[in-house]
Amino acid sequence: MTGNMHLGVEEPIRECQYNQICTHNSSTMDTPHTKKKKIKRKWQVFPGRNKFYCNGRIMMAKQTGVFYLTVVLILVTSGLFFAFDCPFLASNLTPAIPAIGGVLFIFVMGMLLRASFSDPGVLPRATPEEAADIERQIDTANGPSGPGYRPPPRTREVLINGQTVKLKYCFTCKIFRPPRASHCSLCDNCVERFDHHCPWVGNCVGRRNYRFFYLFILSLSLLTIFIFAFVITHVILRSNRTGFLSALKDSPASVLEVVVCFFSIWSIVGLSGFHTYLISSNQTTNEDIKGSWSSKRGKGNYNPYSYGNLITNCCAALCGPLPPSLIDRRGFVQPDTPQPVAQTNGTGACPSNQVQSHMTYIDDEDCVNPSALMSLDSVSSAKAKHISR
Amino acid sequence: MATEFHNLQELRHSASLANKVFIQRDYTDGTVCKFQTKFPSELDSRIERTLFEDTVKTLNNYYAEAEKIGGQSYLEGCLACLTVYLIFLCIETRYEKVLKKISRYIQEQNEKVYAPRGLLITDPIERGMRVIEISVYEDRGSSASSSGSSTTSSSGR
Repeated sequence: MTGNMHLGVEEPIRECQYNQICTHNSSTMDTPHTKKKKIKRKWQVFPGRNKFYCNGRIMMAKQTGVFYLTVVLILVTSGLFFAFDCPFLASNLTPAIPAIGGVLFIFVMGMLLRASFSDPGVLPRATPEEAADIERQIDTANGPSGPGYRPPPRTREVLINGQTVKLKYCFTCKIFRPPRASHCSLCDNCVERFDHHCPWVGNCVGRRNYRFFYLFILSLSLLTIFIFAFVITHVILRSNRTGFLSALKDSPASVLEVVVCFFSIWSIVGLSGFHTYLISSNQTTNEDIKGSWSSKRGKGNYNPYSYGNLITNCCAALCGPLPPSLIDRRGFVQPDTPQPVAQTNGTGACPSNQVQSHMTYIDDEDCVNPSALMSLDSVSSAKAKHISR
Repeated sequence: MATEFHNLQELRHSASLANKVFIQRDYTDGTVCKFQTKFPSELDSRIERTLFEDTVKTLNNYYAEAEKIGGQSYLEGCLACLTVYLIFLCIETRYEKVLKKISRYIQEQNEKVYAPRGLLITDPIERGMRVIEISVYEDRGSSASSSGSSTTSSSGR
């Protein structure tokens, strides 16, 4: 009450006004308790095409079938290893083998779940005022356009460490994408430091979960090699005693594991190697595919984000600070706050349509066809993955 | 503290929102969080340039501190990796600690510097770290009809 003094409004009128505002104010403040209108959490009104579980704690892409396949394959193979091979190995070699295997398995599952369930670094869409402000700035920059004149592409150029980088305008999210951000057509979100959309993990891989994804594939490579090596050892040791064929008869699961691991190793180790290269040069899969920083594009072309040093690049990617989620999934929606533009190019449209409609933005060169990225992922892991994992 | 918060609430509802000014990100140093210190022309008559620049520079310093890659962040990263990142169920990351400092700083700046001038800064985290949103309020008390202004108050924010 005393705070209103400086505005100089007459007391009785101000009282009425204040009371009027007060009731509006108190109704919005007390709504969680009075439940006049059902208060929603922000994940329930999220404009992107994501699925949320556990009241907003878990966030995944829309298509999660392949993720469940990944989980089943890892669980089954590891389970067979612990059940059929480990008893023999523990008693005949050392109990350290199942122990180390167990640690690796827990680490693999932990990293997989972390990569799948966390927010990859989704950028929230612009509020209406922000969008209007940006539109105004673009119109001022481009000048008035006559009828039938196609407006020039909406880009901003910025100089980063001596390299000119173009920032593209995202028509869906109504923002100028920060450098290295990209719009995922499958999830319909702009993601910071977008790497790729991984169907095996059931989520986009971006700034906030890249290290989990990398540690997942690295530890999975180690687990696969570990299981492969020790299953072979197991079969060899048994064959020395009872002969090869009866050894296989005694532990049939070993055959399955060897097959699975043999095909997995090529793809997963290959993928780990590829991502190790990306991390050491501080590039994203997106940038590497397009050759953004390749010297083939020009003599003066270099990666402005690289720290120049291999070790620093690795440390920055894996041990750098973990930024918080920007979308506040579990916060409550304020009833008087207008929601950001929830424009999607056809809600409920199947992903292929989304890709096509997105690709018609001719100036959106940065938006790499995610199916290309998916095919890279699947090509490198196709041989083993679809058979085994 | 309660009375000061009360003042801000009253500012929001007893004055009418005239305009919102957006301070955009400055990407010249890469993807680190940094805001442009260019003084927007809409605030020319409302606040001194130095005060505004001080606020933005302090915020930039806070964000730089949060995103700094050094001994402490390596330690945090390695420890987290060893515990399969379960340690973050118990402790806060350094980034989150700095964000709390930032929101306290913004609250303090709003109370001391901006609210008396009819301005209000929104924490960038609420806008996806894209912009610093400064709401410019017009003093409603100077308008003639109170009933007219009360209707604008219900439609405005």
